Amino acid sequence: MPRVLLIEDDPSVREGVELGLRRRGHEVRSAATGEAGLAALGEFRPDLLLLDLMLPGMNGVQVCRRVRESSQLPIIMLTARGDDFDVVVGLEAGADDYIVKPARTEVIEARIRAVLRRIEDFAQGPGGGQGRAAVEVHGELAIDRAGLAVTKSGRQLALAPSELKLLLHLSAAPEQVFSRQQLLEHVWEHGYHADARLVDACVRRLRNKIEDEDGAPRYIQTLRGFGYRFGPL
Amino acid sequence: MISRARTAAFGLRVRLVLAFLLVAAVSAGTTAALTYREARNALLETAQDTAVTSFRDQIQLMGFGLPIQSEGLGDALREIARKGKPHPWVVFAEYGSIRASSGTSPVSTVITPELRRSAAANPNGAFQRVVKDGVPYLTIGMPTVFKAGPGGVLPSRLVMYAVMRMTDEQLNVDALVTAARDGALPGLAIALVPALLAARSVLRPVRELRQAARSMGSGRLDTRIRVRGSDELAELARTFNESAGELERSVEELRQAEERARRFASDVSHELRTPLAGMLAVTEVLDEEAGSLDPDTAKAVRLVSTETGKLAVLVEDLMEISRFDARAAELNTDEVDAAEAIRKTLENRHWTGERGVRTELPDGTRARLDPRRFDLVVANLVGNALRHGGTPVTVRLRTEARSDGVPVLVTEVADSGPGISPEVLPHIFDRFYKADAARTRSAGSGLGLAITLENVRLHGGTVRAGNQPGGGAVFTVEIPLRAEEAEG
Repeated sequence: MPRVLLIEDDPSVREGVELGLRRRGHEVRSAATGEAGLAALGEFRPDLLLLDLMLPGMNGVQVCRRVRESSQLPIIMLTARGDDFDVVVGLEAGADDYIVKPARTEVIEARIRAVLRRIEDFAQGPGGGQGRAAVEVHGELAIDRAGLAVTKSGRQLALAPSELKLLLHLSAAPEQVFSRQQLLEHVWEHGYHADARLVDACVRRLRNKIEDEDGAPRYIQTLRGFGYRFGPL
Repeated sequence: MISRARTAAFGLRVRLVLAFLLVAAVSAGTTAALTYREARNALLETAQDTAVTSFRDQIQLMGFGLPIQSEGLGDALREIARKGKPHPWVVFAEYGSIRASSGTSPVSTVITPELRRSAAANPNGAFQRVVKDGVPYLTIGMPTVFKAGPGGVLPSRLVMYAVMRMTDEQLNVDALVTAARDGALPGLAIALVPALLAARSVLRPVRELRQAARSMGSGRLDTRIRVRGSDELAELARTFNESAGELERSVEELRQAEERARRFASDVSHELRTPLAGMLAVTEVLDEEAGSLDPDTAKAVRLVSTETGKLAVLVEDLMEISRFDARAAELNTDEVDAAEAIRKTLENRHWTGERGVRTELPDGTRARLDPRRFDLVVANLVGNALRHGGTPVTVRLRTEARSDGVPVLVTEVADSGPGISPEVLPHIFDRFYKADAARTRSAGSGLGLAITLENVRLHGGTVRAGNQPGGGAVFTVEIPLRAEEAEG
């Protein structure tokens, strides 16, 4: 069962979420501040971080950036809808998904499972993984579907779970256009009415890591009004 | 501006200038007319007096002997005619049937019967101005007398007439008229200058006032006018400024009150959210454990769980509404297949198939929508139709051109219930409006349709409620296909 670290300053939310998740079999550790949460990361070694955006002192976005500096740990933010700006900032900082408070435990758990779902499922993507080479080469990118690793010009890239899933999904069907809603469903397993900003933020982060510094995106191209596609190179 | 076109034709400026010119013209005309009359009379009278006096003198000098004979009479007349003053004259004599003149024809065509009558009746003679064929004449009639011994005179029946052309006087008078006219026109032209100045001095404040009023109307309540001088217009400007100040103050107070109310609603819902987040996380635990508790406790636990869920929905809706009120609601549009979006909405809420929602969704209709908000709109309308209306519920999708030509995406949700009563219709989108007085609390938060309305507005669209001819309520949502054109 997944090990979840919860960073949340409000005691009732902290206890409620912890209780709910534990009843569903998760191993939960919680911290009341960002600093305490970062300290707990090392020794608890969670599979996933549940992070409240509004924290006293060091806020959730800062915590998120700090974690992303050194690890690709899946991060889900707890937020309130309407703090729209915060959501975007949090996603830009490297969060993989977010949950609007108040939320039922079943919703929280569904999001956790979606983020943690074995990435191999996505490696099989549209078109299937059968008959593919172990390592696909697209321009300077080498995508190892079995080993779940991506290198650019021989250099290993550190991709967060959502970024890796997105790349695997898009590259499994080169030149096919996926709408944001399709990506939300397949990569994030969100319902149809989910937030397309998740996709946009993730695409931006992924581009920062795989595209060349200058000029137009090569690998992940935007089709105005339709969505995104991988290639053509 | 329609009003501008209307005022431009006979605006203040034109009327002021016209008034000025009219005054100037009347005064110039009156002055000229009076001067002309006086000068003309003076001129003519001088000429007349001279003529009459000298004619009388000439006749007296002559002296006529009786009996009158026409031979000598002609010479005498020619003698008098040489001495015409101030202009040459033609002299006629009439004595019974004898007619004589110094000119070519013995009878003048200019002498009128009136003159003959008054000359015969008046021993001092009479004169008359006559205009014939455009030429002005002075005609003088003078009865002659005979000296009958010393100091006695007897009237004779001989009447002498003199006819004198007065063209020089006419020329003088014409010159006067020309002078008056030539003086009046530049005078009028000069009067234009003060007229325009006066018009400007009135119009500038008026124009400033109009601009200020328009600027206030467009919401800039801090508009003020510069007050110049201390005349009535300055007074008007001052009054305007004072009124504007008052208006600004009261609007500001209203705004603050509204802002406070908004902030309050927003703060309350924010504050409620945190405890609810804790409560909602544990409702599952309550639901699971309720089965193993004694009936009363189980009932209480289930009630807490159910109401917590409802409260969470209410708070979420309240926050949504307060964001609309604070204009903080954002539209995150994406180009989507509308039919696909509606199908997903129905699927996600398990309203397909046996729940009795029929669909008429033509594929391939792409529109720029905020998928999350559109989902809420469709879900709210279909949910209401299922709850308050009656199955089957039908969702129809089509595109058409709105009356102003903008292509819109039309989504219709119709039910087969009793319809909406006429007194409810105008209020159906109001917040917390209870359509059914007996129903103390609706199944939803009471904000569903208000939020739907705001969500559609955010897309630049409209939503309206009505009843179908065949019974059943129908809600129609129209959203412009190009959401960028939406305002606000």
